Amino acid sequence: MKFGVVVFPGSNCDHDAFYAIGNVLKKPVEFIWHQSEDLANCDAIILPGGFSYGDYLRTGAIARFSPVMKSIEKFANSGGLVLGVCNGFQILCEAGLLPGAMMRNSGLRFICRHVYIRVEQTDTPFTNAASKGQILKIPIAHSDGNWNVDESTLASLEKNRQVIFRYTTPDGSNDDAGNPNGAMHNIAGVCNRERNVAGLMPHPERAAELALGSADGLVIFRSMVEALVGAARATA
Amino acid sequence: MATAPTEIRVTPEIAAEHGLTAEEFARVKQILGREPNITELGIFSVMWSEHCSYKSSKVHLKRLPTRGQLVVQGPGENAGVVDIGDGLVAAFKIESHNHPSYVEPFQGATTGVGGILRDIFTMGARPVAILDSLRFGEITPDKNTTPEQAAKNRRILDGVIRGVGGYGNCFGVPTIGGEVAFEPCYSQNPLVNALALGIARKEDLFFAKAKGVGNPVIYVGAKTGRDGIHGASLLASAEFSEESQQKRPNVQVGDPFMEKLLLEACLEAMETGAVVAIQDMGAAGLTCSTMEMASRGGTGIEVDLAKVPQRETGMTPYEIMLSESQERMLLVAEKGREQEVLRVFKKWGLDAVVVGRVTEGGLARIKNTATIAAEIPAHPLAEEGPVYNRPIAAPAPRVETPEDWFQFAPEGTNLTQNFLKLLTSPAIASKRWITEQYDTSVRTNTLAVPGASDAAVVRIKDPRTNEVKRALALSTDGNGRWCQLNPRVGAMHAVAEAARNVAASGARPMAATNCLNFGSPEKPEVMWQFSEAIDGIAEACTALGTPITGGNVSFYNETLGKSIYPTPVIGVLGILDDPSRVLKVAFCNPGDRIVLLSVVRDGSSKESDDDLRRSFSSGEYTKMLSKRLVGMPPPCDLAAEKRLIDCLVALAAEGVVESAHDISDGGLAVTLAESCFGAEGLGVNIALEDMLPAEHALFCENGARAIVSLAPESLAAVLAIARQYGVAACEIGKVTSGDAFRIEHKGRAVIESSVESLRDAWGNSLERILATK
Repeated sequence: MKFGVVVFPGSNCDHDAFYAIGNVLKKPVEFIWHQSEDLANCDAIILPGGFSYGDYLRTGAIARFSPVMKSIEKFANSGGLVLGVCNGFQILCEAGLLPGAMMRNSGLRFICRHVYIRVEQTDTPFTNAASKGQILKIPIAHSDGNWNVDESTLASLEKNRQVIFRYTTPDGSNDDAGNPNGAMHNIAGVCNRERNVAGLMPHPERAAELALGSADGLVIFRSMVEALVGAARATA
Repeated sequence: MATAPTEIRVTPEIAAEHGLTAEEFARVKQILGREPNITELGIFSVMWSEHCSYKSSKVHLKRLPTRGQLVVQGPGENAGVVDIGDGLVAAFKIESHNHPSYVEPFQGATTGVGGILRDIFTMGARPVAILDSLRFGEITPDKNTTPEQAAKNRRILDGVIRGVGGYGNCFGVPTIGGEVAFEPCYSQNPLVNALALGIARKEDLFFAKAKGVGNPVIYVGAKTGRDGIHGASLLASAEFSEESQQKRPNVQVGDPFMEKLLLEACLEAMETGAVVAIQDMGAAGLTCSTMEMASRGGTGIEVDLAKVPQRETGMTPYEIMLSESQERMLLVAEKGREQEVLRVFKKWGLDAVVVGRVTEGGLARIKNTATIAAEIPAHPLAEEGPVYNRPIAAPAPRVETPEDWFQFAPEGTNLTQNFLKLLTSPAIASKRWITEQYDTSVRTNTLAVPGASDAAVVRIKDPRTNEVKRALALSTDGNGRWCQLNPRVGAMHAVAEAARNVAASGARPMAATNCLNFGSPEKPEVMWQFSEAIDGIAEACTALGTPITGGNVSFYNETLGKSIYPTPVIGVLGILDDPSRVLKVAFCNPGDRIVLLSVVRDGSSKESDDDLRRSFSSGEYTKMLSKRLVGMPPPCDLAAEKRLIDCLVALAAEGVVESAHDISDGGLAVTLAESCFGAEGLGVNIALEDMLPAEHALFCENGARAIVSLAPESLAAVLAIARQYGVAACEIGKVTSGDAFRIEHKGRAVIESSVESLRDAWGNSLERILATK
């Protein structure tokens, strides 16, 4: 089992994702340069947070044309696990691998703080180790996390249970009050219809150790590990 | 070869327009042995500007203690460096970007952050934290500030905050500390001081010394444009007038994405082993980097400007040499290995061009294809510039009578309303609205986010192995009010408070950096303030064992002839051997005992009523009520501070306290309230037996004090440690469950409130003020 963390020019959470997987979870992980079309036999790909290409045009708009994205698209279409965090989520939306688009936060400011998200679905490779309704305390750090989509796509996403994380208050009682950025339906993370590609705005790699305020984010990486172990067993 | 013909002949008038005095101009001619051409004049004028040459401060800066066992690099390089054990070093420095931030708040602040980050990674250290120390004019109208001025100050603050955040957030380094203060004197001259901290392996450090005759000189990073020409000499080295807005083109423009690429490319290039020396192009751009590298290395340098990547066409040598375009570096590579270096920069999509070479003999030769644009001996230019021992004169003593000083309320007065008001004042209120606009958690090292502990605390990962062993704590402090009233004592307090904050996070203070913000050095009273402040810093840093490893002097902080308060800002770095032992301000458990740690000054019992009122008058509480600047800072007892610092470090190491918070702005009551705000569902019940008036007990800002909370069974251990360090430990109350915040003084309740209403006042005040357009 091997994780790959993509490095775009301007990625700045690549080291953090690498550390969470390699040093905290102690699983094999390596960096993949954005100009490489070779995914180095990785079993799961992480698109980390940051400001790819400075995000000067539109978040993720240029990164999605990087050579590595062609390979990632193929990898995703053949069932490979792809997780986008923050800017990685934005890139996956721009690439059309996930639905939706990001607008500026409703308050028009960068926000960095711990938020609470509820695990809405557990039958995905990103949430299988969590329990349904579990509340995770994970930090956000973004200017453009106001996820939006047209009404009919939104309806089909809800129907197909593709909304996997929703902002909420610490006790899970009031989703609207817990929404930091104005995202539609308080959506913090979604997956594709095939459930092998997911993105979320909060940073699970920053919530991997209690010393940093929360270890709730680990469950997402653990889920991926379990999914990979399960897949390996099935093919063995 | 003949000197290039230039359109402009240099006259004494033109030299004067460049800010050179007649004597300085004569010196230029003496060094060159001839008349300078216009490019050479430009080079001399920026190198000898106050900002770059420290000509007015040098003689005083010599008095600062700069040596220590752990100091690897003191002042004179891009940043100070200290040994933090396990083969690792920390590089850190603070720098100002005041004038640009007034002219163009967003860009001024971004380039301030960008500049200090480059200073850190130029040394081979990866930046891991930023702190910023900010001063603005008042953001709410009062008798000294009109509604229009307040609105303008809010706009400046907003631009600066967005700028600081915008740069650090994109670059990917957490902005995790600093302070914000407000005084009318900063209305037209805000202070933006940015501190950066980086980590390297000791053997991987780089210095800005050109070496090896024949080695190629490589230009890397952003292209050179016409932005920022004379930023250092005109913006940073002259006072402001009404025309200052016309200087907007002198402000540089920042590109954090470019800087992020530059960081990664530089660190990767350094790993090849082919880099000999490296220097960033900050103030005075290509001029400073070429001249200083050659001067430090004792070599010459030859550069062809035609090869410099340019953003605009038709730039003259003068413009190229003086441009302050951001995100550029100059490096010297090993001859024959330049391709290894160039390859790395190409990978990161950056311009990298061999523009010249290191030469013998000490001459800096600036060519423009076949002509010579400038030819200057590097060492005399960089090191033999003017040095001034400017006249010093103490200002006339302020005439104050006891009637000017604070009158304490009659015994038994309920102070709850005043306390609520104090909590909403911008200086005291929560800075959450600001700090949430900064990425505080990127790099996954942040052990204490802003406000969680008295200092910003990051754990240190070994750059090679990612292994975590220790943590570092940082705090910046400075009190302009106190320095205006007494620059020497005020400066001592700045050092003491920064060190105390570091100790209150559990870390042992080890070194310091300083940013000295003052008015015009041409005014004898300002030079007096400067000299006094230096003496205060020197005395405090010596007493507390925190040598100054670097920093920056910012003079000419005046507008329309009026100086800011002298504002030395001190950053203290401390080390924590066990990262799990970080002390935070929040109370933890109901039933925990609250102990006031203090060191009673010798002779303080003899203080008269007038002395008491006089020092009390200089604090935030009096400022809130009277809006005046009167009194004296409380005396600073460095021996007492040292004992308290050692005591706090020992308490943290022994793991016997649950929380710690030093007493500073707003006094004991604010300290207690902040410790409640950090917790959920906890209050306090406090009984003070202080014989002094209640307002003094609650709000005085005397130094060398802190509160700690602890489990009842740890009380004996805490008292024993306090005794060992000669610190008085007095149990003043308990942490309670529930929402009651209650303080009794001599048996009568003086503050009684719900924590929730205090929290609302404190927590949302700044947002409410700043939401007002």
